[in-house]
Amino acid sequence: MALSEAEIQALLLSLKVSAVAVALALPLAVAASLVLSRKEFPGKFVVDGIVHLPLVLPPVVMGYLLLVVFGTNGAIGAWLYENLGVRFVFSWTGAALASAIVTFPFQVRAIRLALDAIDPGLEQAARTLGAGPLDCLFNVTLPLALPGLIAGAITAFAASLGQFGAIITFVSNVPGETRTLPLAIYTAIQTPGGEAAAARLVVLSIVLALAGLILSELAARRIKSWTRQ
Amino acid sequence: MTLDVQFTHRLGAFALDIAFNIAAPGVTALFGPSGSGKTATVNAIAGLLKPDHGHIQINGHTLLDTGTNIWVAPHQRRLGYVFQDARLFPHKKVRANILFGARRAQNEPSQTDVDQMIGLLDLEALLERYPANLSGGERQRVAIARALLSDPQILLLDEPLASLDAPRKGEVLPYLERLGEASNLPIVYVSHSIDEVTRLADNIVVLNKGAVAAQGEVTDVMARLDLFPLTGRFEAGAVVDAVITGHDRQDHLSEVAFDGGRLWLPAMDDPIGTRVRFRIRARDVLLALKEPDAISANNILQGTITELRHDAGAYVDVQIACGATPLLARITYRSQKRLNIEPGRHVFVIVKSINLDRRGAVAPRLDVEI
Repeated sequence: MALSEAEIQALLLSLKVSAVAVALALPLAVAASLVLSRKEFPGKFVVDGIVHLPLVLPPVVMGYLLLVVFGTNGAIGAWLYENLGVRFVFSWTGAALASAIVTFPFQVRAIRLALDAIDPGLEQAARTLGAGPLDCLFNVTLPLALPGLIAGAITAFAASLGQFGAIITFVSNVPGETRTLPLAIYTAIQTPGGEAAAARLVVLSIVLALAGLILSELAARRIKSWTRQ
Repeated sequence: MTLDVQFTHRLGAFALDIAFNIAAPGVTALFGPSGSGKTATVNAIAGLLKPDHGHIQINGHTLLDTGTNIWVAPHQRRLGYVFQDARLFPHKKVRANILFGARRAQNEPSQTDVDQMIGLLDLEALLERYPANLSGGERQRVAIARALLSDPQILLLDEPLASLDAPRKGEVLPYLERLGEASNLPIVYVSHSIDEVTRLADNIVVLNKGAVAAQGEVTDVMARLDLFPLTGRFEAGAVVDAVITGHDRQDHLSEVAFDGGRLWLPAMDDPIGTRVRFRIRARDVLLALKEPDAISANNILQGTITELRHDAGAYVDVQIACGATPLLARITYRSQKRLNIEPGRHVFVIVKSINLDRRGAVAPRLDVEI
């Protein structure tokens, strides 16, 4: 099963977009999870809702909203373009941004679950042993939540590989720039005689998805071994 | 060392109003039934609970003063805290656990100090294990070492034995006893077990329903009749500190002396001059107006009745001064009337049984008829 140059390009682009999306969202997801897991404040359910909105909104709606906000005429997009020369539309960075926002809830859910499972008594113990709040966060809380971070990152990565609606709406279908695997499959199906190419890309997608599942299963086992106490 | 604690705090429907002052070194027990506010008090000292009002000082160093808005964060308080549930870091091996506090200590302990602590608590074989693979007793020993190596000014122990079964308790207790004797570190020991308190503590603060019911030396507080409902009627008794004065090898008995008389106990291995502490439960004491003869009990003391307390019921609690040592007896109301036992009367005190709380010695506790 030999892949054409364009197909390899789509695969590599997909991996790049997903990796950047996960890396971009991870620190923010950790921060959001900490707030949602540890803080009580009025209007918390609103924040919780906004974080999870991308899960329930149709991807096309997400793409439209991204265009409105980050497009070259959008509220933030215009400012970024004029002042920093950053343009998301028709660019792979836009695809990464869309993936990051759409898969953000996956990361938050996994990390928050891991944080909720940590005995707050362990953090108290660390504090009495001389660890300040940040020391405690980096040496006790986050290491204990690491399996959740890993699981969240893997799930988000896998989900990101499948992004279609938000990406095609926001940054269009530019070969080599925004044509990720799902977009390449869509294009192949639309092209007469492209069935074989589509089939190859589908198999590739299935292999990637399976690898993601196995990795997150391994991470889940790790969590179990750590919470045995 | 001085520990000055005074605070009020509201936890839902539960109101705490705590004030006590410890000026002596050694082990101070925070004693009281469940829900009396013991853990909240220790948490306030540790900075894990921020009281609504009040102040806390250790050795003149203010940790909390709501009047002047002083609040020292827990990690800057330099205290060691051993929790009931050990709270070891599950992602770190035993070695990393016990070094967690050491690495952050103001005066980082030397390798020799660390090795000594590992020896004192017998942790050598556990160092490369994860907490999940330790028994309950082992976990508590690791937690104690971890707290001590953080170079604390004071050690807080919150029911460190409560989650352990009897054999595990017996495994950890000797280490705690050694700790109390070997170090100059002041220790606050939270417990609801009168056994542990009399075995380990020098001073006691009795808590009840969020307030301090009594404080003082263990021997004095335990002799107070009005505290019987809190110290437990069945187990209540006087705590006596004494010194071994002789051994009778033939009869397998040892003699101890205290201010108030001499008593024979089953033979102890310790040399003459060793300090021992024991408890004489009120229900194990008989009173007689004339010196009894032809009686199987070996231990007969003399004293003067100092106080009576009769709550409704068949029994009267009696406090007797034997020298300067208060002993307690529980007799029936009928006997009290029949013998006309009143404060000021001279009586013979027949001790049926002694609970030996041997301090410093690694021996199972004895509870024997003599």
